[in-house]
Amino acid sequence: MKNNIYIYILVMGVTVFLIRVLPLTLIRKPIRNVFIRNFLYYVPYVTLSVMTFPAIIDVTSNPYAGLVSLLAGIYAAYKEMGLFKVTLICCFTVLILEFIF
Amino acid sequence: MDAFRKGFKMGIPIGLGYFAVAFSLGIVAANAGLTPFQGFLTSAVMNASAGENAAFIAIRESVPYLQMALITLVSNIRYVLMSFAMSQKIDPKTKMIHRFILGYFLTDEFFALAISQDPYLDPYYSYGAISFASPCWAIGTAFGIVMGTILPVRIVSALSVALFGMFLAIIIPPAKTSRPICILIILSFISSFLMSRFTPFSESTSTIILTIAISSLGAILFPVKGEQDEK
Repeated sequence: MKNNIYIYILVMGVTVFLIRVLPLTLIRKPIRNVFIRNFLYYVPYVTLSVMTFPAIIDVTSNPYAGLVSLLAGIYAAYKEMGLFKVTLICCFTVLILEFIF
Repeated sequence: MDAFRKGFKMGIPIGLGYFAVAFSLGIVAANAGLTPFQGFLTSAVMNASAGENAAFIAIRESVPYLQMALITLVSNIRYVLMSFAMSQKIDPKTKMIHRFILGYFLTDEFFALAISQDPYLDPYYSYGAISFASPCWAIGTAFGIVMGTILPVRIVSALSVALFGMFLAIIIPPAKTSRPICILIILSFISSFLMSRFTPFSESTSTIILTIAISSLGAILFPVKGEQDEK
């Protein structure tokens, strides 16, 4: 039997809302624990890094295009080119490389 | 209102990036049999890239509803950590309603914007960015469902790295001045690669395990925020 897509959307919507809102609303005072503060400080950098590699070489048709795109993106971000330019550079790198090879 | 305008300006590049990423997500949604409206609705409700990707795959496989809740929980669990971190960026005097709205729209990018504010985040700064970028996300998804099937594979492949370009633009600049962040990024890349190639864990499970392990390691080895406690 095929399930209802709207019920799926409702289920994931409620779940994700609770995940995001509960910690933000329940904890209203600054956390004093030094370990937790440092841990939370590093979380976003680690999560985004983990999600980027090796996924970037797995999503492209040619993994080497993904790898070069990663290096180009790191260089562009290092030069502080901003969100949009870095994104464009990554996309165009893949487009050009996959066109050639 | 000045904060709103500043935020709105920051929201423009985020929105354009979102559009490209949401577009490629729309292709996944189309494969799961979603209509453009259903894709739009999902993105408007979820505001999550990896989470929606996992959800669309689950819809395609017609999983039970309870399993959908579990998949959503696992693929978005990093938001629990971000929400915790964000709770520290909001003035304790701020009204509750702002916490609800900021939580609803908590994404990697809006999180990065929020934590760049010192010492506390002005909610209207976030609202400015959200007001432009969030509609881009939902519309991009719908657009991807309509267009994705008629675009050549090559274009789709190029668009699929947009998400990662966006991530790099967030994590690399702070790594220039912070040695610990730089080391943790390299460590994350290597261990994530090893996890994906040599363990049976799914991508989302690996993300949770590594985030907790490496961030803990960072907190033990490089306690940078310790001295700020005295403020």
